[in-house]
Amino acid sequence: MDAKRESEPTPVKNPTTTERTSDRELVVTRTFNGPPHIVFEAWTKPELLRRWWTPKSCGMDMISCEADVRVGGTYRFVFRHDAFPEPMAFFGRYLEVIPHSRLVWTNEEGGDGGQVTTVTFEEKAGKTLLVMHDLYPSKEALDAAIASGSTSGMDETFEQLDEFLVTRGTSVR
Amino acid sequence: MYILNLMVQYQSAPLDASFAALSDATRRGVLEQLGRADASITDLAEKFHMTLTGMKKHVGVLEQAGLVATEKVGRVRTCKLGRYRLEAETAWIERHRQLWASRFDELDNVVEELKQKEKVDGRKKRK
Repeated sequence: MDAKRESEPTPVKNPTTTERTSDRELVVTRTFNGPPHIVFEAWTKPELLRRWWTPKSCGMDMISCEADVRVGGTYRFVFRHDAFPEPMAFFGRYLEVIPHSRLVWTNEEGGDGGQVTTVTFEEKAGKTLLVMHDLYPSKEALDAAIASGSTSGMDETFEQLDEFLVTRGTSVR
Repeated sequence: MYILNLMVQYQSAPLDASFAALSDATRRGVLEQLGRADASITDLAEKFHMTLTGMKKHVGVLEQAGLVATEKVGRVRTCKLGRYRLEAETAWIERHRQLWASRFDELDNVVEELKQKEKVDGRKKRK
């Protein structure tokens, strides 16, 4: 797919908002300057997903991106960060797929306690209002996620982090 | 969600004292425990099969990072999650927002490209 950059307009970024709307819920919203069927396509075709899921600023490279976007289908996004010896993965399964309007999936990389994500795509005068809603199984699960993932199940990742802190050494007390 | 946390963490470069405090499995366990209920140092020491002195050290690190607050009532020192918790929540939500904002800025490019492609394809079809 050839990127046709010359016709790209000067981008004025639409704002992204994030809010904890209840004990168990986190909501992210953003408007996109294109109709829902296009934004939906970018969320459901792996070759498009991988182009935006790991922005350069997060310092991670996506190694593979598989997404079988249909009810019961699974996804698996594998990526690496320089600080970690092993690749890491997000994975889960799609619970609802309504073309151009709604996606629901599970987040299973953390075992129990993972949130269920619902994304809705709503047409607003040729643009798309995207609302991403993360519902955690309990207040405790969201609190735990916020407490920098300081819960069981984090151990493996934290062991890698420990190594990172050790190799990084002096700057951390 | 844990990996998401890491991505969220890396949005903000400096790893501070609280992060170092979290780099120990026992201390993470203590936080998890205190998330459920307040506990005395004795309770925590028993729960994690440690000496009182060992647990006091861990609680001290967490307390310095603002993750835990302790209060002495009579002869018992009770531990609970610290004031840092709310600040941490605000900060985490902001980092979460930043992660998604940067993803969505990339997604804008994909959307723009698909729009252009659709325009070109539409023109082709009409011909």
